Amino acid sequence: MQLVLEKRSERSGTIALVSPLIAIGLTIVTMVILFAILGKNPLLALHAYFIAPLTDGYSLQEIAVKATPLVMIAIGLSLCYLANAWNIGAEGQFLIGAVAGSWIAVKTQGTDAGAWVLPAMLVLAAAAGALYALIPAICKVKFGASEILTSLMLVYVADLFLDYLVRGPWRDPHGFNFPITAEFDPVATVPLLIEGGRLHLGSIIALLVVAAAAILLGRTIKGFEIRVVGAAPRAARFGGFNANQLIILTFAVSGALAGLAGIIEVAGPVGHLQPGISPGYGFTAIIVAFLGRLNPLGILIAGLFLALTFIGGEQAQIAMKIPLDVTKVFQGILLFYVLACDSLILYRFKLVFPNRKVVARGAG
Amino acid sequence: MELVEAIILAVLAASTPLLIAATGELVAERSGVLNLGVEGMMIVGAACGFAGAWLTGSILIGALFGIVAGTLMSLVFALMALGLAVNQVATGLALTILGVGLSGLIGAGFVGERITPAVPLAIPGLTNVPLIGRVLFGENGFVYFSIALIVAVWWFLYRTRAGLILRACGDNHVSAHALGYPVLRIRTLAVMFGGACAGLAGAYLPLAYTPFFIPGMTAGRGWIALALVVFSSWRPARLVIGAYLFGAVTILQLHAQGWGVGIPSQFMSALPYLATVIVLVLLSRARTGGSTAPAALGTVFVPDR
Repeated sequence: MQLVLEKRSERSGTIALVSPLIAIGLTIVTMVILFAILGKNPLLALHAYFIAPLTDGYSLQEIAVKATPLVMIAIGLSLCYLANAWNIGAEGQFLIGAVAGSWIAVKTQGTDAGAWVLPAMLVLAAAAGALYALIPAICKVKFGASEILTSLMLVYVADLFLDYLVRGPWRDPHGFNFPITAEFDPVATVPLLIEGGRLHLGSIIALLVVAAAAILLGRTIKGFEIRVVGAAPRAARFGGFNANQLIILTFAVSGALAGLAGIIEVAGPVGHLQPGISPGYGFTAIIVAFLGRLNPLGILIAGLFLALTFIGGEQAQIAMKIPLDVTKVFQGILLFYVLACDSLILYRFKLVFPNRKVVARGAG
Repeated sequence: MELVEAIILAVLAASTPLLIAATGELVAERSGVLNLGVEGMMIVGAACGFAGAWLTGSILIGALFGIVAGTLMSLVFALMALGLAVNQVATGLALTILGVGLSGLIGAGFVGERITPAVPLAIPGLTNVPLIGRVLFGENGFVYFSIALIVAVWWFLYRTRAGLILRACGDNHVSAHALGYPVLRIRTLAVMFGGACAGLAGAYLPLAYTPFFIPGMTAGRGWIALALVVFSSWRPARLVIGAYLFGAVTILQLHAQGWGVGIPSQFMSALPYLATVIVLVLLSRARTGGSTAPAALGTVFVPDR
């Protein structure tokens, strides 16, 4: 007796809908076991992770704040992955966007620069992120170099570049030698939506990005081309779609969105440039993209869910001394289960009895 | 003269983890599986390797811990990518994300602890020979093992029947399956070998390179190992050259920082990563005549029965 995979004659719509839920369920079961191994009460830990952050207004705002970069980056990544272009360097594009936007903030600091500062920062950050993402895309299209490896390598380069800036030329002279820039001026800061709260304009931009992506993928020829090139490259060639052009396009868009997310994070919740502005948003966004089934609305929900795990992880650390790395383990396991469950959309399990099969064949 | 010797020793020390991890990945890729989780397997190998050595006081047991940890991680990958036919790129990324988290969790209790690192070989008379003595006879066991490993892999791939079958799986899994070879089982074994090597390469870092564990200490070496496999055109001999060249770049930038060249240290630290990008571009460009990659690399295979 043997358990084997068998291709379904058509993709299962039911499983496509419920698979993220099955994946989350399986992850929670795994986490209960992990909490027990760590010697923590699993029920209390789950409460701290998933329920407690939903019960007060501050945490709810904080979830939206954390979800903002995740959703923006993941929308861009989903376009790449749909077109079968593997941008895994969003973390680097996020950092470069943050750096480029901060340049304006740092240079206009203390001057009487007007309201143009923030819009200029956003535009420059998006442009820088797009340009940075174009490096691996062009290396791929022109020279055939693996975009996976080059985009990832550039994450380390961006990280070191940011480190250099805040320790060197951009360091706040009154910052007690800490590697941070001075706090940005009010004109260089993303405005808050609620006075004294945490929610900022970036969340609105993220929602607009989701809507734009939904229209692009659902209503335009370009969106159709992206999906065909990824799903059926041969058909796309016959259709005259230019796969290379789409790699360039999707990388540029995802780089721009990651860069925009970077500057919004720096000019919003953080307020200045420093190392460690991202707890791995660029990588977590990969999980968000897959958990959201590469679908804009799905990504919005998945982004909020993963933001919940960030906030829950912080609260569980404070309340129960559960290490922060548990959140990363949780996110990694979740991605595994999502991918595994997705496999069941195209395949099903089948029990095979090798001996009987031989008999049946002999009888036939 | 002593400086030359010191530099060669340092290059060998920096190259060894790259060589071990890339050797494992080369075998996996030759069987047709692209496991992008090398970084994740390495970092878990580093944490478990350090834990093993710290708990038992034995470098050898630490190395075994690393190997077992890497193999277990690779089994998760095999279950997903081979058993469930999941996209290999996505699974590899998931493995790295999981590995970074797990290593932080495992290693948390060991940050700040120190161990006695692996001792170099010392043969009286031979090790003292100037210039080549310490390079040839004064390394730690990992260095000799890495060279034996790549020679063994070369012999296996090109001089044994099993190696030929493994390469056949990587070039055309449908034909290999039609000939009756258990493609998925062969690939699983190749992936496990890759995992064992990555785990060992990770364990090398806290056991022989620096005598302590810090989170994220692999610092992208797993990804560089993946690039090295591309650089080598999937050939063991070129892999050795690539690994030592990369070790040389790493050491060069470290020394340049030490000499106080007027370039900020961050720019020098970025060199190995930039070099990887440049090498990938140059090589891919030179190879326009046709790909040398295993033809079935990274493709899903579900045998029809």
